[in-house]
Amino acid sequence: MTSTRSATLFALALLAPALIYILTIVAYPLVDTILLSFTNASLRADYDFVGWANYQRIFGAGNFTEVIIRTFIWTFFSVSMKMIIGMCGAVLLNAAIPGQALFRILTMPPWIVPMAIGIFMWGWMYNGQFGMISGLLQNFGLIGGPIAFLAYGDTAFWATIVTDVWIGVPMVTIYFLAAMQSIPRDLHEAAWTDGAGRFYRFRRITLPLMVPAIITMSLLSLIATFNSFDIIWILTQGGPSGSTTTMIIDTYKTAMGSRKYGEGAARAVVISLFVTIFCIVYFRAVRRLQQGEAK
Amino acid sequence: MIDRYRWQEVLGLYAGIAVFLFFVLAPFIEGFLVSLKPLAQLFSTPYSFIPKNGSFDAYFTMWQSVPALGMHIFNSFFISSVVTLIVIVIVVPAAYAFARFNFTGAGLMLGGFLAVNMFSGAVLLIPLFRLMRTMGLLNTYWAMIVPGAAFLIPSSIWLLRTYMLRIPRELDEAAWVDGATRLYTLRRVILPLAMPGIVVVAIMTFIGAYAQQFIFALTFNSKTEFMPLPIGLFAFFGKQEVIWNELMAASFVGILPVMIVIVFLQRYLVAGLTAGAVKQ
Repeated sequence: MTSTRSATLFALALLAPALIYILTIVAYPLVDTILLSFTNASLRADYDFVGWANYQRIFGAGNFTEVIIRTFIWTFFSVSMKMIIGMCGAVLLNAAIPGQALFRILTMPPWIVPMAIGIFMWGWMYNGQFGMISGLLQNFGLIGGPIAFLAYGDTAFWATIVTDVWIGVPMVTIYFLAAMQSIPRDLHEAAWTDGAGRFYRFRRITLPLMVPAIITMSLLSLIATFNSFDIIWILTQGGPSGSTTTMIIDTYKTAMGSRKYGEGAARAVVISLFVTIFCIVYFRAVRRLQQGEAK
Repeated sequence: MIDRYRWQEVLGLYAGIAVFLFFVLAPFIEGFLVSLKPLAQLFSTPYSFIPKNGSFDAYFTMWQSVPALGMHIFNSFFISSVVTLIVIVIVVPAAYAFARFNFTGAGLMLGGFLAVNMFSGAVLLIPLFRLMRTMGLLNTYWAMIVPGAAFLIPSSIWLLRTYMLRIPRELDEAAWVDGATRLYTLRRVILPLAMPGIVVVAIMTFIGAYAQQFIFALTFNSKTEFMPLPIGLFAFFGKQEVIWNELMAASFVGILPVMIVIVFLQRYLVAGLTAGAVKQ
């Protein structure tokens, strides 16, 4: 279509509402976060510029560094488990067996149901005295007494990861399934005629061709998991004794709990820096993958 | 199918699917069974998976335990509906602009929208709180609607743009040659053709808005009358104990409509999910 000046103006007019909306509700707050992070803003109306004090404080105490490391460990295990379980799910749902369509529908509820509601259900399942997991394990004689999964640091850490994996798996599964189905069938047929078995074909044909999908999904999943708030907040609020306090939770507690807006903003800036790095990696990966496709 | 499964393989596949679906559905199965159990049975040992004397009592008593429950469910719907409306009104023209016009900065803007997608509301909570306070929107529906829509706009633009790119350009050009204005072309040629795509975006937005009502509602609203369901459910957490059976019953009533949407529209959802896999 012609790229005359009036066409450009028309396009910009169409874009204006979206641009204004995003600039006001996302871009401006991002700038505000950065500015706030250099102040001692709190509940009081007036506040002063304090330079790097907030950053010095959060990194000086050593506490925040610990939180960053914990966040990365938490994210690493959650994302890896999502990828592995999602891949297994995609392979299973790709099999041409009766009931296939129904099984695919049944995969979706965790993704579609309001997150908080799914998390409440997990909260009950983790209940030590009466919950399903502890209950069933006891009934089968696998554990001697009740385990309150959310009451101890180690178990709470893994319990929140499992719930995060549970919420993320449907999305990963469906995405991998779609990628799997876009692989040309004749590749498999040719390999089959040559006598290649099912597992061999998966390892040598399916898996290599799914590398782009796996990269895309892991990066998206990484960003979503890194930002995960609802799960930890509802299950443990970051406890017991900080064992599930990730960067987001820590920021929320500082800002909204203690009303230290300046210090909270400094934490948010650190998170944003990490997210920006992930974004750059993601964009690079997408570009490289597109170039690969074009060749 | 090239090679057939042997019966051992079929058995293995079903076993695998059973384990996989059990992981996915266990909380819902357990949640449903809990909603059928009398409260006393929940707090007794040994644990029993299957309810004894199960009944739907909780589905009736919950309305008395939390009188605002109906309002919370309504609020969730209302908030998601308005968010969907705002998103559609903003996204349709924007997606068309990106799909049809090559102007300087288009690529940058598209990238910018994608980047917005990566930021969660949780990171921007402090300035958003200040913004909502300045605009006088705290403790109103808008405090949940306005930021909620913002984080759903970018992915919707990408999704709808992809869809619109598939509509042949010749159609717009033909309308032009016939003397139609640009706006008329958008309204009378593109809009009807893009309708299926718009419907997918609307469904995805509605589900997204419904699913993500937590952090903004938690932080920007403290009034019961505006609380959406996820926050409203905390009312079942009493001082002494949690009324778990009613909490689960209320959860199921609240998610039933979304479940119905899945069953009827799952084809669209799979298409939308894979095309617009930019947000989890």
